[in-house]
Amino acid sequence: MLKPKYSRAMHSPYEKHFESAEQQRDTAVFGMWIFLGTEVLFFGGLFMAYTFLRWASPVTVEVGSRHLELPLGCINTAILLTSSFILTMGIQFSENGRPRLAASLLAVTAVMGIAFLCIKGTEYLHVIHEGLLPGPAFRIDRVMSPDSLRAGMIGALGQKANLEPQNVVPTVAELFFWLYFVMTGLHALHLLIGIVLCLVIAVLLRRPGGVSRNAVHNTGLYWHFVDLVWIFLFPLLYLAGHW
Amino acid sequence: MNSSDRQSPWVNYVKTWLLLLGLLAVNIAVAHLRLGGWNFFITLAIAIIQAVLILLVFMHLHQGKNENLVVACAAYLWLGILIVGTLHDYLSRNWVPGPPFTR
Amino acid sequence: MNTPEIQAHPAPEPVAEKSYLSEHTLRSWLLTTDHKRIGILYLLSILLFFAIAATAAALIRLELITPKGDLLSAEMYNRMFTLHGVLMVWFFLIPSIPSVLGNFILPIMLGARDLAFPRLNLLSWYLFMTGGCLALWAILWGGVDTGWTFYTPYSTLYANGQVITMATGIFIAGFSSILTGLNFIATTHKLRAPGLTWFRLPIFVWSLYATSVILVLATPVLAILLTLLAVERIWGVGIFDATRGGDPVLFQHLFWFYSHPAVYIMILPGMGVVTELVTCYSRKRLFGYNFVAGASIAIAVFGFLVWGHHMFVSSQSPYAGMIFSLLSYIVAVPSAVKVFNWTATLYKGSIALDTPMLYALGFIGLFTVGGITGLFLAALAVDVHLTHTYFVVAHFHYIMVGGMVLAFMGGLHYWWPKITGRMYPEQLGRLAAIVTFIGFNLTFFPQFILGYLGMPRRYHSYPAEFQFYNVLSTAGSSILGVGYAMPVFYFIWSLKRGTRTGANPWHATGLEWTTASPPPTYNFAVIPVVTEEAYCYPEPAGPPPKDTSGAEEDRHA
Repeated sequence: MLKPKYSRAMHSPYEKHFESAEQQRDTAVFGMWIFLGTEVLFFGGLFMAYTFLRWASPVTVEVGSRHLELPLGCINTAILLTSSFILTMGIQFSENGRPRLAASLLAVTAVMGIAFLCIKGTEYLHVIHEGLLPGPAFRIDRVMSPDSLRAGMIGALGQKANLEPQNVVPTVAELFFWLYFVMTGLHALHLLIGIVLCLVIAVLLRRPGGVSRNAVHNTGLYWHFVDLVWIFLFPLLYLAGHW
Repeated sequence: MNSSDRQSPWVNYVKTWLLLLGLLAVNIAVAHLRLGGWNFFITLAIAIIQAVLILLVFMHLHQGKNENLVVACAAYLWLGILIVGTLHDYLSRNWVPGPPFTR
Repeated sequence: MNTPEIQAHPAPEPVAEKSYLSEHTLRSWLLTTDHKRIGILYLLSILLFFAIAATAAALIRLELITPKGDLLSAEMYNRMFTLHGVLMVWFFLIPSIPSVLGNFILPIMLGARDLAFPRLNLLSWYLFMTGGCLALWAILWGGVDTGWTFYTPYSTLYANGQVITMATGIFIAGFSSILTGLNFIATTHKLRAPGLTWFRLPIFVWSLYATSVILVLATPVLAILLTLLAVERIWGVGIFDATRGGDPVLFQHLFWFYSHPAVYIMILPGMGVVTELVTCYSRKRLFGYNFVAGASIAIAVFGFLVWGHHMFVSSQSPYAGMIFSLLSYIVAVPSAVKVFNWTATLYKGSIALDTPMLYALGFIGLFTVGGITGLFLAALAVDVHLTHTYFVVAHFHYIMVGGMVLAFMGGLHYWWPKITGRMYPEQLGRLAAIVTFIGFNLTFFPQFILGYLGMPRRYHSYPAEFQFYNVLSTAGSSILGVGYAMPVFYFIWSLKRGTRTGANPWHATGLEWTTASPPPTYNFAVIPVVTEEAYCYPEPAGPPPKDTSGAEEDRHA
């Protein structure tokens, strides 16, 4: 990591181009917020693609959404929210001078992240087994199974959704699942980075030299950001078609 | 620093966590209701409330410097510009007579 | 905090007078975290990419001497203009002033010892080089013929070249520019010298700040788009394919959401440089400082709202087209404000026609032409005729070359004594500036006419009636090439033989002129305290100015 080597402890010297440790700390946190801002826009492009798809073919998106594993998605959301809570407590402990307890809580956070990834992997396998992996093996007949098409209901955008098979566009259904894999996959990649960060910080917190407040604080910000992305992914992908 | 000061962040964290889980439950429940066009906006609104809670409490946005708050708001505002700017093209396509924009 | 009570932070090195150039090892260059050395590393890198892209341009112009496609095949021609566009946009224009002059000068202008995150700065350069090498690899291993705009469905379904490699190279270079922007924003907020309030900052800082805001907000969207492009080429599910539920215009929306602000990334730093030059060489305060500062921010913000003007004929809704057209007219206003304010600054100034000033004056004229022709294109009905013709090509070259490259050259000449401690030969400098100006106009003005007459862009052959103007244009480009080459030679010559300069050879205001030329590694022996406004040149018939920070250094040249 690109953090100054000699400002690990809380009251140690700061880098030469800063005037005080506080200035360095404020700058590091500010820089992290700017970086998270760029990540919002990075994921934002995918949300734009989703918005397009939902606008162009709302019925198909909703039907597709019914085929995602909602229970697993709910559990995953709860895991991530709880992990954010545990991480926040861990960081608070590290600032209150209890590094070993903080390290344990960070490790728990990382474990919860790993649990999330395992459940996500299971989800992916389910979806693939259903024949819903976009590509040559995509089984449109699975999307248009009778229980997922309930005629006569009103779609989420107010359109009278006659969920007849002809209103579900096969290629768009494929696109929905493609977006599902790409969006949750990119999120999972970011989560993996977060897990590594948490584990590294947890190890460093247990060492006598400690770790700089900035590193801990910024790791927390990153993890919470990954949680924020999931908070939006979950309703858009999983809750679209369950009325 | 007396004990009540040290306690208040913990209490806030626990309250926020429970609130987040509660909102998640509400979101899932509402998604099963037949509310027509409102489903989408309600679930999105609940997600926004959860996001704001995390930003303010877990990410300490309200305690920190103003410039961090400006950065966070700017990022979401710009995402809004991207979505609104693109969507206003799509939404107004069919206002022009001619073959409708279809898939 | 910027209170005067803060004691100046003394330099940590005992021998603070050693210039930043004193160490010569390769390791000291390749592992440096000194913003000044990183600026020079960037200078060498962008010159390399410029040379390659200019060669492609030369081949294009050679091909276009004759109406038939005889020098290059259609596919090779397409690869040439793609190469030219990609390298010029992402590997020359976007990094040029920010990563070279900005890296070098910004911290010194702020009275700081370095950027906020020096190691991130070095990482930026390595990312840039990695991206650049990937782009070169893509060129050598088959090339890309999609145009720098990578429009779908051609780029996703039909193009046979190294699209993914090129996209990856651009992705990595984009990440480099995000980190640079992040660094600049943090530095400007946090590392200003005591007394240097926001409204005492030089306009170059305001411009770099506005540029950095755009870099940070726009580039991630490009990054995700390139990712989607690569995923689409590999997985091929059809997000940009209209026959499969996607939309090619979605690609264009995401592309231009980045690429329009990108053109402001390219021009805003140039405007900042011109402000420095105009004030110094007319020895006058800037007219309407607050308006110029505000205009920089306004350009950055409004520049995000106009991207649809690249898509008027793409089947975008005409109603959206009207809104984008209106907003495009609005975004021209802050640019015009700057031009008026520069002109008002020149008025009754004591003008010195040194080389940087010639470039600045050239900028003002050529940028105005480019900007106004942009307004022609922003008019919906006119754009239907002019879009995708040479009119567009001429328009953006007037801004990018007539504007940005001239500003870069002006800034390079202006700050050369500061960077190297040597002066370039003035007469040769003026000659090169004039040759460049003449060559540029001869190259690109005929292209306005060609575009109006209907010659489309991106074709290696054309109807015979267009040949006359094409020949004029190619002739101009050879003169332009001479104008570009001259500085390369005399700058290198000046490194050994140029007159040594003192701290402030131009007698300009600004903190960078209060430290030695070349500066010591930590920029200032003592961090200055600022008490004056920016550009506090004397009134034309008034008393001499107060000292800015007490360090009126040696004047021996």
